[in-house]
Amino acid sequence: MEKTVNQRAWLLVLPVLVLVAFSSIIPMMTVVNYSFQDSFGENIFFWVGLEWYQELLRSERLWDALGRQLLFSFIILMIEIPLGILVALSMPKKGISASICLVLMSLPLLIPYNVVGTIWQVFGRADIGLLGRTLSDLGISYNYSQNAFDAWVTVIIMDVWHWTSLVALLAYAGLRSIPKPYYQAAMIDQASRWNVFRYIELPKMRGVLMIAILLRFMDSFMIYTEPFVLTGGGPGNATTFLSIDLVKMALGQFDLGPAAAFSLMYFLVILLISYVFYTVMITIDKDEAKQ
Amino acid sequence: MSKNRHPTKKSGSTSIPRARIGALVITLYLVFLLVPIYWLIIMSFKSNSEILSTFTLFPDNFTLKNYSTILTDPSWYMGYVNSFIYVSLNTVISLLVALPAAYAFSRYRFFGDNHLFFWLLTNRMAPPAVFALPFFQLYSSVSLFDTHIAVALAHCLFNVPLAVWILEGFMRGVPREIDETAFIDGYGFTRFFTKIFIPMIAPGIGVTAFFCFMFSWVELLLSRTLTSVDAKPITAIMTRTVSASGLDWGVLAAAGVLTIIPGAIVIYFVRNHIAKGFALGRV
Repeated sequence: MEKTVNQRAWLLVLPVLVLVAFSSIIPMMTVVNYSFQDSFGENIFFWVGLEWYQELLRSERLWDALGRQLLFSFIILMIEIPLGILVALSMPKKGISASICLVLMSLPLLIPYNVVGTIWQVFGRADIGLLGRTLSDLGISYNYSQNAFDAWVTVIIMDVWHWTSLVALLAYAGLRSIPKPYYQAAMIDQASRWNVFRYIELPKMRGVLMIAILLRFMDSFMIYTEPFVLTGGGPGNATTFLSIDLVKMALGQFDLGPAAAFSLMYFLVILLISYVFYTVMITIDKDEAKQ
Repeated sequence: MSKNRHPTKKSGSTSIPRARIGALVITLYLVFLLVPIYWLIIMSFKSNSEILSTFTLFPDNFTLKNYSTILTDPSWYMGYVNSFIYVSLNTVISLLVALPAAYAFSRYRFFGDNHLFFWLLTNRMAPPAVFALPFFQLYSSVSLFDTHIAVALAHCLFNVPLAVWILEGFMRGVPREIDETAFIDGYGFTRFFTKIFIPMIAPGIGVTAFFCFMFSWVELLLSRTLTSVDAKPITAIMTRTVSASGLDWGVLAAAGVLTIIPGAIVIYFVRNHIAKGFALGRV
């Protein structure tokens, strides 16, 4: 479907532009401003140029947090995407059971982030939590607030618990949009279950899976509240992801300059990776349109 | 299908165990989702001494005291009211500005449209942590700090791009011929948009409203940074009260359960549209 050229469409976009400019561009400009200056409190600023950037690029703090962040996003994508597809394939197709599944699965998505953290904080505690208590009764030593590995496992399971349903819902939507004749044709050809998945369902789900991967990547890359409530970034710095580190710097220590420089680099990393994703998606889309 | 016996038989004989595997997977997954929530609910009906001293799967002494603590103390229940106010404001604002913009993106080509769309999406990618401090200063300087509208506007940062994104997908599903016919019939743009177009994409608006509601309801960092007393959301009150009163686990659990209920109600109403909403989405 060809779109017509109409420059007046700008008028329709204008409200969004004004609103987003107010809530994005103006604050972003203050961040840029701070990132080049040092302050001694009470609004006295002086120009330091690129000093904060150089200092940050040299400091291990940023690189460590970035490394943890990339590892975390990678792990949860590797778990949540296949698991979400599996769940979507297993869901009932219609009727009351499908409705019940949809409602129950969506529950974790609607729980405020800090309540998610609280739920797992309670659930994993060895004294009062079901999980922690069960594990310690089984003789497995587990303590997410002392042991870095346990903390990581808990944060990852928490994220899988929290967000796999989103992937599953998206994949389910993609599956529902496949017309019946596709399956009938596959049945006539006596295609195996795997081939039905590989050649019909997976290509048809590609669009929604791309959205799922992009959304999960972006949101996992900004994760703050859940690990903050669960572990506070600890033990040590084991679960200090980029956002936690940034908030510590900006609102905790009130180091405006370094925090601003950190913010901009953080944003640029997300932007860069997302841009690559987006471009790939658009290209695939166009290729498909040509066929 | 019944004429061709062989494939029917084959699929019949293999699909029964497969359906069982499917049911098993979905059951295990739902158990995994629900057990932590069950634990929270159970805890909210226990007294603190029972939580800390004994380990029980059901409350020995069923108590509603935790809930009555919350529902009788204004510093608790006003948190829910505040959250509702800014979440509703945010949903309305997001939809109002996103509807025309999504229409423009779905129907017209104009100067810089693709770049503009990506730029909008980048705001969905902006970490709230980056914006916490500048927002605090911006809204303080226009004396909107600690108001509901400040939080509602701040949440537009990620909800407006998302709303445009989802609505655009829905609008693309509406044939252009409908617009053209309406314009030929003498409908002006505003009248066409409100009387014909919006009713046609009502499910899309429902899904969008659901997502705006959801992302605004669950967010903590910005809403906590931008409020102190008058507009403090329930999520922030929870964190404060936990640290102040030490280990009041029962009340904390009850407050948590109460934050889940509105979402559960909303999802029940849009359950049939959610799946459809994403299937039509852009990309």
